[in-house]
Amino acid sequence: MGKKTAWEKVEIARSSKRKTALDYIENIFDEFIELHGDRNFKDDKAIVCGLARMDNQNYTIIAEQKGRNTKENIERNFGMPNPESYRKGIRFMKQAEKFNRPVITFIDTKGAYPGIEAEERGQGEAIASSMLEMSKLKVPVISIIIGEGSSGGALALGVGNRVLMLENAIYSILSPEGYASILWKDSSRVKEAAEKMKLTAQDLFDLKVIDKIIKEPCEEEIKSFEKISKSLKTEIKKIIKELSNMSPDELVEDRYQKFRNMGEYQSLKEEEKCC
Amino acid sequence: MIVDKIKKREPTAKKIENRVDIPVGKWIKCSKCKEILYKEIVRENNAICPNCGNYFRMHINKRIETIIDNGTYERFDLKIENINPLDLEDYPKKLKILREKTGIEEAVGCGIGKINGEEVVICVMDSGFLMGSMGSVVGEKITYSIEKAIELHLPLIIFCVSGGARMQEGIISLMQMAKTTAAISKLNEAGLLYISVLTDPTYGGVTASFASIADIILAEPGAMIGFAGKRVIEQTIGESLPEEFQTAEFLLEHGFIDKIVERADMKETLYKLIKMSQH
Repeated sequence: MGKKTAWEKVEIARSSKRKTALDYIENIFDEFIELHGDRNFKDDKAIVCGLARMDNQNYTIIAEQKGRNTKENIERNFGMPNPESYRKGIRFMKQAEKFNRPVITFIDTKGAYPGIEAEERGQGEAIASSMLEMSKLKVPVISIIIGEGSSGGALALGVGNRVLMLENAIYSILSPEGYASILWKDSSRVKEAAEKMKLTAQDLFDLKVIDKIIKEPCEEEIKSFEKISKSLKTEIKKIIKELSNMSPDELVEDRYQKFRNMGEYQSLKEEEKCC
Repeated sequence: MIVDKIKKREPTAKKIENRVDIPVGKWIKCSKCKEILYKEIVRENNAICPNCGNYFRMHINKRIETIIDNGTYERFDLKIENINPLDLEDYPKKLKILREKTGIEEAVGCGIGKINGEEVVICVMDSGFLMGSMGSVVGEKITYSIEKAIELHLPLIIFCVSGGARMQEGIISLMQMAKTTAAISKLNEAGLLYISVLTDPTYGGVTASFASIADIILAEPGAMIGFAGKRVIEQTIGESLPEEFQTAEFLLEHGFIDKIVERADMKETLYKLIKMSQH
């Protein structure tokens, strides 16, 4: 199997055959109970929340969920969250802190839904508040990009102490189509955009945006799925063990420093830089 | 009366495209009433059309002049400069040309100054620089300012105007949303006041980060504010949007901003809010 191009990875990440968050959740955890609703407006199904258990450790799960068939995709708005989804997530983040459960988020979305009602109900505010809540959580947070991680709608669940990414997942400022259209006014240059954007797991690892790449070992869907689930299980346990040495305040500071250090710029004169 | 006319403003998508900074040269055409105006008169009038009350986008220096007490503004000098993380051919050249043309270094300027004697940390974005988009330098300057407010125990004011995260720096721009938001979380922990002022236009990654999580969110009349752009929404839903959609007035009605404030009243309003938040 040869090295895949960025565009090939975009196609894999978007494939309707690709395993979704619920597939992984059910395979990784011993138990999972889905719980619904933002207690304010509705239960938006593009994000799934619930409690899970693995080897005597409890977890809070917040996951972007694409449909596994047309019917489910319509129900779940093709995995594009409305503000209520993020607000449901925030509710479960707060609860995770109350019951000292680590938070595991799964990221897989084309982006937050761009609709009239989404704007009326504060899509921007919902995403910002989700990041705000994540950044101050006093429990360990692990974010896992499993498919498409596009735009603020993905990052809304991405403020983890550790960020993992599947080998063929993508993570980007927006879709290659949108990127080509905004930057070059030519949405047909998608393949070129995909190469330029540094959206593959390896690119993002090199940029220190993610901490670890989870290998997708074989082409064969089922075998690969089992192996990825096993790797994720091992990795989650390992990270939680590592993070359990930190106090609640240290966990917040660890997360703060991680994102604080993200930025690519140069100092004009090192000695005069005032920060 | 001008005030009445301002209230009657009817923003349209077309107008937004046409609305530009006050250009170089002596004359300027109002995008709303199409009147040809003498630039100096518009500038003297807080960059508001004296004929119809239309708000022009404001240059950072003018903004600071209208908000901060004369002679009290001290700019933070971080001495940092963009790099080109995606190796785009024309990005460095574009930045260089913009710096020469606008006389500003980046899409945000930050510093300390006084509002009627009250010391604040203030960040002012400028639409003249790549539509106020947030890349690494903007993210760093805003985060630095938030941390400075915490260190000096001062209120924070951010004047927002932005098309969102800066495409030219890709994912690194996206990460600035998390970085600035996490810094605001620290500011909240420290019990400090944060007021954001949304001006035309505020969109995307800025709306979905520090702009929307202030203690108090003000907006200028008629400013366009949203997460997704109108065109993207129209393409998604396949219908055109109502004219008032995503205006400051629309956001006020839907409960996402605290108050719409005229330019003439902005300084006094900020001062009062600061005084009433002191504990």
